[in-house]
Amino acid sequence: MGKDRYKIKLYTLSTCSHCIRTKRFFKENDIDMEFTDVDLLTGAERERVMNELRKLNPDCSFPTICIGDDIIVGFNEEKLRKALNLL
Amino acid sequence: MTPERLFEILSKYAESQGIRLNKDTPFVMDILQGLLTNEQRYGYRSCPCRLAWGVKDKDADIVCPCVYRDPDIKEYGSCFCGLYVSIAWNEGKMEHRQVPERRPRGKRLV
Repeated sequence: MGKDRYKIKLYTLSTCSHCIRTKRFFKENDIDMEFTDVDLLTGAERERVMNELRKLNPDCSFPTICIGDDIIVGFNEEKLRKALNLL
Repeated sequence: MTPERLFEILSKYAESQGIRLNKDTPFVMDILQGLLTNEQRYGYRSCPCRLAWGVKDKDADIVCPCVYRDPDIKEYGSCFCGLYVSIAWNEGKMEHRQVPERRPRGKRLV
């Protein structure tokens, strides 16, 4: 399936309900992804991840979801389904 | 403070403002837990959907209810987090769309 072709990475906040929904969406659809809760990072590690995020989404808002070359900002189920070929 | 107690308090507060808490209660409980986590972490209820500076002066605009709540509700029927909504939004009389970030970039931790 197409969804297995992509490496999926989420930039999230542990406190954010939209981020929680996004993580749940991947879990419910049984799609592997890795996520980083940026609010739980400190010091150089946070700086490194924020630099990474800034290149993908200059607004640095959460969640930011990378699916291959697609960047989706915020929880938008329709956009996620499209990017994952789940429509 | 528990999320359940905060829910009771903020439900009444929202009604007094002529707005409501989102009718999706599990979603709201996640937000309230995030608010309480931030209160423990920073000493104030910083917006759980935004990365806080951890310095109250810099986060003043995003202490919940944030200063962007009312214009967001006016324009989209919902605040950025989806905690506070208009009555029409809760009743499904307006589109539930993603609320874009209104906070100026200069104020954000980017």
